[in-house]
Amino acid sequence: MEIFLQQLINGITLGSIYGLIAIGYTMVFGIIGMVNFAHGDVFMVSAFIALIAFLILTTWLGITSISLALLIVLVVAMLFTSMVNWVIERLAYRPLRGSFRLAPLISAIGMSIFLSNFVQVSQGPRNKSTPPMIQGEFVLLDSNNFAVTLSFKQLVIWGITALLLMAFWYLVAKTKLGRAQRACEQDQKMAALVGVDVDRTISMTFVIAAALSAVAGTMYLMYYGVVSFSDGFVPGVKAFTAAVLGGIGSLPGAVIGGILIGLIETMWSAYFSIDYKDVAAFSVLAITLIFLPQGLFGRPDVEKV
Amino acid sequence: MQAGSQDRRVELTRALRDAGVTALLAFGLFLPLIGFETQQNIRNELILTTRLPLLFTIVAIVGVGRLVYSLALDPWLKQRTMRPPQATPSAWRAPVAKWFIPFSIGFVIAYPIIVVAIKGLGGAVKWVDNFGIQILIYVMLGWGLNIVVGLAGLLDLGYVAFYAVGAYSYALLAKTFGFSFWILLPLAGLLSSFWGILLGFPVLRLRGDYLAIVTLAFGEIIRIVLINWVDLTNGYAGISGIPRPTFFGISFNANDDGFAAVFGLEFSPIYRTIFLYYLILALAFLTAFVTVRLRRLPVGRAWEALREDEIACRSLGINTTNTKLTAFAMGAMFAGFAGSFFAARQGFVSPESFTFLESATILSIVVLGGMGSQIGVAIAAIVMIGGTEIMRELDFLKQIFGSAFDPTQYRMLLFGFAMVLIMIWKPRGLISSRDPSVFLKERKSISSDLVKEGHG
Amino acid sequence: MVAASDILLSVEHLTMRFGGLVAVDDLSFQARQGDITALIGPNGAGKTTVFNCITGFYKPSEGRLGLCHGDASVWSELEALTDSGKRSVTRGDGALYQLERLPDFLVTQQARVARTFQNIRLFPGMTVLENLLVAQHNRLMLASGYTLIGILGFPSYAAAERAAIDKARMWLDRVGLIERADDPAGDLPYGAQRRLEIARAMCTEPVLLCLDEPAAGLNPRESAELNALLLTIRNEYAISILLIEHDMSVVMEISDHLIVLDYGVKISDGPPEIVRNDPKVIAAYLGVADEEVAQVEAEVGL
Repeated sequence: MEIFLQQLINGITLGSIYGLIAIGYTMVFGIIGMVNFAHGDVFMVSAFIALIAFLILTTWLGITSISLALLIVLVVAMLFTSMVNWVIERLAYRPLRGSFRLAPLISAIGMSIFLSNFVQVSQGPRNKSTPPMIQGEFVLLDSNNFAVTLSFKQLVIWGITALLLMAFWYLVAKTKLGRAQRACEQDQKMAALVGVDVDRTISMTFVIAAALSAVAGTMYLMYYGVVSFSDGFVPGVKAFTAAVLGGIGSLPGAVIGGILIGLIETMWSAYFSIDYKDVAAFSVLAITLIFLPQGLFGRPDVEKV
Repeated sequence: MQAGSQDRRVELTRALRDAGVTALLAFGLFLPLIGFETQQNIRNELILTTRLPLLFTIVAIVGVGRLVYSLALDPWLKQRTMRPPQATPSAWRAPVAKWFIPFSIGFVIAYPIIVVAIKGLGGAVKWVDNFGIQILIYVMLGWGLNIVVGLAGLLDLGYVAFYAVGAYSYALLAKTFGFSFWILLPLAGLLSSFWGILLGFPVLRLRGDYLAIVTLAFGEIIRIVLINWVDLTNGYAGISGIPRPTFFGISFNANDDGFAAVFGLEFSPIYRTIFLYYLILALAFLTAFVTVRLRRLPVGRAWEALREDEIACRSLGINTTNTKLTAFAMGAMFAGFAGSFFAARQGFVSPESFTFLESATILSIVVLGGMGSQIGVAIAAIVMIGGTEIMRELDFLKQIFGSAFDPTQYRMLLFGFAMVLIMIWKPRGLISSRDPSVFLKERKSISSDLVKEGHG
Repeated sequence: MVAASDILLSVEHLTMRFGGLVAVDDLSFQARQGDITALIGPNGAGKTTVFNCITGFYKPSEGRLGLCHGDASVWSELEALTDSGKRSVTRGDGALYQLERLPDFLVTQQARVARTFQNIRLFPGMTVLENLLVAQHNRLMLASGYTLIGILGFPSYAAAERAAIDKARMWLDRVGLIERADDPAGDLPYGAQRRLEIARAMCTEPVLLCLDEPAAGLNPRESAELNALLLTIRNEYAISILLIEHDMSVVMEISDHLIVLDYGVKISDGPPEIVRNDPKVIAAYLGVADEEVAQVEAEVGL
């Protein structure tokens, strides 16, 4: 029971990170029908940007207040990552819009290889570990040999995720941009005819996706305290799994899918085998797609004859 | 005259402004990751150093590049597209097209001999191995995947799984039972195609990107199992000491009954390399031959019809389930052949060789080559694999950039970049027109605009 | 119920529901051997849904779809077939199929029902000739020994392929596309694509040809050519046709039997001259209630 509770806390934390990345997949897929393969690597790049920003703030500028530093790091990472993704969309995907279906996918795979190798070349292949940023924890339950704890950093992750999701939900549901996005999702030609700037809307989608993945990247760095150039692929695939599980195109689905994947992974590690935790996540992906292709919250795709 | 110079001025100002904006953007992009470098110091703490000269060099290159693009390259490209297309193809085209294939086949057959003639016995090993064998493995894998992706239109991102099944089947069966290469080659192919059907079955209903992702997941699952099933596969450490293929029972070693001794030659590793070269060449030719034949058989036409319109296929009484499964099985079989060759060539297999990157590489070769086109796939394999291999040979760059510069580091960086560039340049691949499988009066190639890419 | 000796297709109590929507409601009709039977009705009446049920693309929510080959006395086996749960039964020269039990590709392969689509579905990147060869897939597959004989290059397969090409050539002649045999199907003009789709369906050697709005988008001359083609298919090849059509010049001129659907329910059934004067049909097409027909007719001057 204690283990279950602890893994529940860990799983939700991990799942929040996956959920934030998953939103990026789901949004991009929803609007241009493309699996943005490079999204996991954009997440990894954002973690590096966060790392560098953190080091500048703490070692060079001597900021001692962790919460202030973290806030600045978050904003810096979101800004720079958004710019990176904006440029990627302009250079690698926009010229291919409306062409052959596989072309953007291959371009995205190429971009993914490029990004991870760019980071490897520019920052070196070694793991980068930071000193712990936030320490301390609440002990929730202390039976004689096992203490269930909720660390401050987990709390921070939950809080920031919740806050950003609310802001994001407002953006998508209540603003003009969100309406334009939904219009483009339905029918780009028609949206353009009624005056929606489709190019700009798609660019903004990539920017928002990147900003959310930058939040995930910052929290990933804070949570694990280590990042390397190859850390984009597996979280990327798992976040994609989350997006599919929740029903691709559905934003709440992405978050719930993320949390489910986080839970499946932590529970599997605790009760079965830590070596095969990725197999569990990938199997969930395969099983979902085979038996429930529309996911938990997606619209079913009816075959038209 | 006046208006002309006015236009020119406006153009120049615009180009300069564009270049400025691009440079500014490049500054923002590269500031964090190029401008700063994280390093571990002696106490294992992360410290930051700056690389401002490098950052500004790159920003300057990007800015100047943009300026050159808008002043010279862009007008030139526009002019080229404005020019009316030539009505008749230039005179050299037809003979080139006619002689290209026989010449290429002749060249690949003569390649080891040419290399030995130029580089001598010792120096040739690297060239036959890295450029010959390595490229041919990918040509073969590309042709195999081409059946699944190019012909049947089924997007498979986990193709490397079948390559792995082939390699591990050979490694395990050869080590455990001591079977020879020639028995295990077909066996590995069979096992792989069995896995192709096994993995193909549940994903039949899926379409497009979903199929791609599930196949990716299967590929990763197989790799993780290979890593963790230590009793069978020896985990990360891999399996070494795999028996090498022999030349009709004669091994390529320095012993008295080895190849060199039997034929009265001085021992050299080149003989084995050349033997392996011709082995993979024969396997690749087999793949090409079978694929060409299959395309003209009902099953091949059904694959292509499936890519064009699955519902129409079903309305014509075609069992699409079986058609898809045969495509998976065929593709997997060739991957299995290639895998067992790989294990035999290396004498060592480990999960490291079967990552997602391999699948992505093979798929990109197929798409870059032009889906369905055998020659296109071969050219793409030569460009992509040969191109990255050649990065290993650029040691002279060290004299320019200093000894700390290691060109091999940039291999995959440029590989990824090239994938993006080629896609933007030719989204339908290098050779995108389709050759009809049968004709009544005249063979006309079909424009890629009409050929569908498949939905499943 | 199945009395007449020349019944080819018997649809009984066919119902198709999509969620809460009832697209086809308890529809029963019969198509006779050698007839051109037309299924007409306003847009959204459920005609294409009936087609999709007959050709196996949809599994009906309820109902029985019987199809007979050869000797019509085999119809007497229908109840036994239904009870046995099998897909088909053969007796002497006749065979009986229960189409709703067959998956889509077997409807064509075994029960030999071919179809075309409302929005043409050719293989656009393959040549006209290739399109017709794909249609002969099952026979060629057998001839190629499920690929094995074919890949080894045995002459028996080459002969089978030549025969298939001859057959394709014959149909290309019929539909006037022989000159374009080596052009990609996607390059053909609209009317030619419609004809090619019919030729392709015919290459599967059907007993029943189902055409979903074959005259849609054709000009009057092409429409007249289509009439001639369909009559040839019926008269020379003795193939029965079931067609959905809005073009009344096609329907009235060539069909032997009309079935009118409205909102998924059959409202009229009979030869053209009777259906044409059925007040219910006129009401459905004019979109008014039965009793207002006379008034509306007077208003529009019919």
